[in-house]
Amino acid sequence: MPYPYSKINEDDINYIKKVTSPDRVWVGEDIKKEFYHDEMPEYGVYPPELYVEAVSTEEVSAIMKHAYERNIPVTARGAGTGLAGGATCKYGGIMLSLMRMNKILGVDKQNLTITTQPGALLTEVADAAAAEGLFYPPDPGERTASIGGTIITNAGGMKAVRYGVTRDYVRCIEAVMPDGSIMNFSSNVVKNTTGFDIKDLIVGSEGVLCIVTELTLKLIMPPKFTETLVMVFDDIKPCIETVPKLLQTPYIPTAIEFLERELLEIVERCLNKPFPVPEGNDCLIVMYDASTKEELEAAQEQAANIALEMGAKDVKICNTPERIGSVWSVRAAILEGMKADSQAQEECDVVVPRAKIAEFVTAAKEIGKKYSIRVIVCGHAGDGNIHTELLRQNLSDEVWETNTKACLKELYAKSKELGGQLSGEHGIGNGRLEYFENFISDRLYKLHKDIKLAFDDKLILNPGKVIEFE
Amino acid sequence: MKIIVCIKQVPATSQVEIDPESGTLKRMGAESKTNPYDLFAIESALRIKEMLGGTVTAVTMGPPQAEAMMKDAFSMGVDEGVILSDKKFAGSDVLATSYTLSQGITALGGADIIICGKQTTDGDTAQIGPAIAEHLHIPHAAWVSEITYIDNEKIAVRQDLSEVTQVSEMEYPCLITVDKDIVVPRLPSYRLMKEVKDKKVRYLSFEDMPDKDLSRYGLIGSPTVVERIFPPDKMEEQVYIKGDASEKAKGLYNILKAKKFV
Repeated sequence: MPYPYSKINEDDINYIKKVTSPDRVWVGEDIKKEFYHDEMPEYGVYPPELYVEAVSTEEVSAIMKHAYERNIPVTARGAGTGLAGGATCKYGGIMLSLMRMNKILGVDKQNLTITTQPGALLTEVADAAAAEGLFYPPDPGERTASIGGTIITNAGGMKAVRYGVTRDYVRCIEAVMPDGSIMNFSSNVVKNTTGFDIKDLIVGSEGVLCIVTELTLKLIMPPKFTETLVMVFDDIKPCIETVPKLLQTPYIPTAIEFLERELLEIVERCLNKPFPVPEGNDCLIVMYDASTKEELEAAQEQAANIALEMGAKDVKICNTPERIGSVWSVRAAILEGMKADSQAQEECDVVVPRAKIAEFVTAAKEIGKKYSIRVIVCGHAGDGNIHTELLRQNLSDEVWETNTKACLKELYAKSKELGGQLSGEHGIGNGRLEYFENFISDRLYKLHKDIKLAFDDKLILNPGKVIEFE
Repeated sequence: MKIIVCIKQVPATSQVEIDPESGTLKRMGAESKTNPYDLFAIESALRIKEMLGGTVTAVTMGPPQAEAMMKDAFSMGVDEGVILSDKKFAGSDVLATSYTLSQGITALGGADIIICGKQTTDGDTAQIGPAIAEHLHIPHAAWVSEITYIDNEKIAVRQDLSEVTQVSEMEYPCLITVDKDIVVPRLPSYRLMKEVKDKKVRYLSFEDMPDKDLSRYGLIGSPTVVERIFPPDKMEEQVYIKGDASEKAKGLYNILKAKKFV
């Protein structure tokens, strides 16, 4: 195994400056601290030895060739908005930023695709598509994420219920391999059985296999009408049990989010954002998109009737941009509200089969109680990706640390028992590394290692993430 | 308490189409909604009713398409809806519209309190509310940001005016126009929507108006001459502040300081 890696020396610095440009290379103390971590510093703070901003695939290739020869670890970095401690230099080495490779290369209206460099922001890609009357649906909420980052983490988001996740929109990828070779995975075709679908393996590989330098994404026609319903219940059980019923209709909801009153109160108290529905303890926020008004009305009627049959107190209708905004702006403020209302937070991003959501939610509450941790369950009820937030209140550092770990272990075990997975959309990165190996079988873990080695025999690309070698 | 709320149907989009011939707003075919400011008026009225009892009646002047807006108001909990509709009202400016509404309110027997939204998102004049009060010779307070006290005899309100905040107390009957964010408007209820599906909206025409002087209504009663109407340029602009955390903070501080927020 190639550990330990070579430390960066003067020759390395000069070489990288030569193949890029001296004004795009920073070393040691000159590297800004924000590049030491992503959005979750809790999952690791690691200073890179060298930070370089590449502007072309050729530059990325030249850097990789050198790193490969010299056995220097390299971590590619987008906007740094990840939530798994993924884009950090755990073993030092080079942080290779792709944020200057931010050109949108064009919308292809014939093929309904957009081609872009990885450093363009998600919001810019979506806007460029919209300017041509087309729609790029994946929306993990963090609109300032780089598009490359959303591909490499297979970003999900709440609209996955109707539109699927990022992987469903990736047509083809150009990437630089750890040894510097430039590869193309698939092409702008709708279907492809030409060998293994390696493109789909790269999507969500968290930067440990190769560096994405260009991508082509599928676009669709935008929905013409949208509406949001708020279904309010007195009790959590019928509320959650309504979810599978909504999915059994001909009208696919765009999003189904679950929120408890406690969380709504936190947002109102801490951020002065009152929810427009004062009644009920538990609620579902359900969004529908449609191409015609009639379709939207039919979806609304059926969904509302299902909720009432399930015992909802009422169903509130958001049929204008202001009303829709008044509900979703509160949903969007939840993370901020929880941060304001507790000393520390830990998030469990499990995904369970939709039929098991209620069971998981009930169990999560019980597990939290056992460890004196306030557990708030919220989020993507429509796809089973229940975000389980552990909030720290009046616990010592030691107790908090021990209890969160024990609590997470139990939550993951529960998810596994119910046929779920460890992470639905945030990824393994560094933060969930210690739980991942135990979660999957030894054979599957070895398969992960073998795949990693097939791409990266020297283990120089984003080492110590997703899987760890001895 | 007899509460009347004046509401208006406006285009659902900010891309307002103007009839180039008459300079008036084109309405046919466009998706429409309740003027967002009026939702704050409806919510304020419903809360007063919940506190003191009484009825809430929504009044509008406009074509029969306004029925959809009234159904929406019923789904929020409004008791009655009245549409002042007559070809003779067509082409009204602020003066004629406010006069027609004041006549309609008189025909309905008046109210203890009349509540309007601060302004509409299409006309944007913010004059209808105060003008109705003047026609009815009752006190009014515009731009109300808070109802600080209310009982069966009087109401006290806080008004956020451009440079001062004024607290006023009025006896009934009176009129207030409410600012956005005075309350969070409730959402229409599907249960109520089903219940009020067949509820009738009441129509009043020119014949029902106490004053039948035609020169006070419609295009004839409108001294305003529209030279040109156009949606204003979008003023929103995103500014990206570059640099490290302290540079960004400094940049933000300078912007806030220039805008006198700090």
